[in-house]
Amino acid sequence: MSQPYSLKLAAAAGPRATTLGVGLLLALLMLLPLGHAVFPEGHALHVSAYTLTLTGKILCYAIVALAMDLVWGYTGLLSLGHGLFFALGGYGMGMYLMRQIGRDGNYQSDLPDFMVFLDWKELPWFWQGSEHFAWALLVIVLVPGLLALVFGWLAFRSRIKGVYFSIMTQALTFAAMLLFFRNETGFGGNNGFTDFKRILGFGIAEPATRAVLFAATVLLLALALWGARWLVQSKFGRILTAIRDAESRLMFCGYNPLYYKLAIWVLSAVLCALAGALYVPQVGIINPSEMSPGNSIEIAIWVALGGRGTLIGPVLGAAIVNGAKSWFTVAFPEYWLFFLGFLFIAATLLLPNGVLGLLRKKGAQ
Amino acid sequence: MLAASTPTSQRENWDGEARGLVHPVDGQLDTRHGAILYLDDVTVSFDGFRALNKLTLDIGVGELRCIIGPNGAGKTTMMDVITGKTRPDSGSVFFGQTIDLTRHTEPEIAQLGIGRKFQKPTVFEAMSVHDNLALALAGNKSVWASLRSRLTGAQRDRIGELLATIRLTEHYQRPAGLLSHGQKQWLEIGMLLAQEPQLLLLDEPVAGMTDAETEKTAELLLTLKGQHSLMVVEHDMDFVGSIAQKVTVLAEGSVLAEGSLAQVQANERVIEVYLGR
Repeated sequence: MSQPYSLKLAAAAGPRATTLGVGLLLALLMLLPLGHAVFPEGHALHVSAYTLTLTGKILCYAIVALAMDLVWGYTGLLSLGHGLFFALGGYGMGMYLMRQIGRDGNYQSDLPDFMVFLDWKELPWFWQGSEHFAWALLVIVLVPGLLALVFGWLAFRSRIKGVYFSIMTQALTFAAMLLFFRNETGFGGNNGFTDFKRILGFGIAEPATRAVLFAATVLLLALALWGARWLVQSKFGRILTAIRDAESRLMFCGYNPLYYKLAIWVLSAVLCALAGALYVPQVGIINPSEMSPGNSIEIAIWVALGGRGTLIGPVLGAAIVNGAKSWFTVAFPEYWLFFLGFLFIAATLLLPNGVLGLLRKKGAQ
Repeated sequence: MLAASTPTSQRENWDGEARGLVHPVDGQLDTRHGAILYLDDVTVSFDGFRALNKLTLDIGVGELRCIIGPNGAGKTTMMDVITGKTRPDSGSVFFGQTIDLTRHTEPEIAQLGIGRKFQKPTVFEAMSVHDNLALALAGNKSVWASLRSRLTGAQRDRIGELLATIRLTEHYQRPAGLLSHGQKQWLEIGMLLAQEPQLLLLDEPVAGMTDAETEKTAELLLTLKGQHSLMVVEHDMDFVGSIAQKVTVLAEGSVLAEGSLAQVQANERVIEVYLGR
């Protein structure tokens, strides 16, 4: 029954103020790429490549957290495999970036370096077309989308719920990780893809390229936030919360939860994949460790810490945890996991509505 | 035991039948024989335990039937079978003459016109009373429709009527989670009515209600009788006495006795297994 309470809090804080604040923050973020691309190094307003990349990475994670909130916070489906969809989107983009290297690789071959290393003579069938950006976009959306559709259809049709669903998603990402670790799978084994040179012909480390990629990430986050808000305020969104709170009641009202779950599940997977596709060119590497079970669990922590079922909360949660992580792993590398565990326990015990719940409470007082 | 239910006034409304205008078509409710629900020889076992044992029962159009019986008699299982939650091992379950309920899923059965209230009041606690009713309204329930849905004027009026019927007009903006137990029970009944069902199944509708609330619920159910068919499972004998024309006693998964409350209360076997001496 925490929800009615948080609804009251949201009403007290005022949705308009929140929208304004979020809009302002996103607009401010848009200044970062300008600072990076326009002002030269040494200038007081220059934003370093490190800062820009780190922030861009965190923004990609924020999109994932938002996608997770739609399925967990609103629909009550705790996925512990969302890292898989993120990684698949990343691999889709990575394939294109590998092809963009052309003959500038270590072996000066038309084939990506790892294939030369494995002594492959030609591209496997599933690499065909990967040199086209439009094809890459299709792969980024369709592969994770179809996987989510098939997995979701099987799971939801069999009415798998709760912890069983979570375990299955965790197993799915783990299995995929093992598959991608193998060299024979054709995605670079445990090294994955790296040493990218270009995207759409532009140098991947050029300030302007970085700036555009960053701006695209902010844009995607803004669109996703706006779209998700529209969605959860529609009747569709109310049906999602109905699935979370009383699924059998909903069924006896004549709704078939299967299609609602599938719709939000696939949408969430595709959103994760898009975030992954923007992450890879900014960070410059994708490998199977992105599919590790721990990564997916961490996504759930961002959402829990930020505040489930609030959209903004998970975005904040992703920013807080990853901001802390980038500082902590430099200052006290051994203690990061302990700290993360502590954060999760503290959020569960002390902040049932997450950081956003706390902020709203303060705002209401 | 009494035979099949007596034809009700609704039967006379089918004047089309004489002119050959109405044909029994699967998928359309056909109640020309006066009954809305037939259970015939229904058996359900769980791990060898027979929850329903050759249960045969029918409910007439516009009837208000009370079902009583000791714990474990199969009352809730019977509702599960009717609403598609549990599939019977054998036997048939028909809605009207033509609709085989064992072939439909829960949402389909709800759409066909059977509403169910759970034993524990179940409403969408995060939503306002108004939104609970709006979600339950009859209409297109596909994903696509839900994305473009807007309440029409007629639907708003209908919600207003329902709010008045269940006495929650002043509370329409409150989250349902903050309602009292009795109010939640009413809200759930309101949600059933919003579906415009032909048949309502109510599992212990007055459990946990105050005497005043129970009385008002009895009044409400009596006003529904005639427009809807009702099946009420209840333990509260005073409540049963205040609403029932006809009572069915279940025991060990089959019908033990059927008749007026006075008749079943006088029945030796009923006294033995349920009411106690």
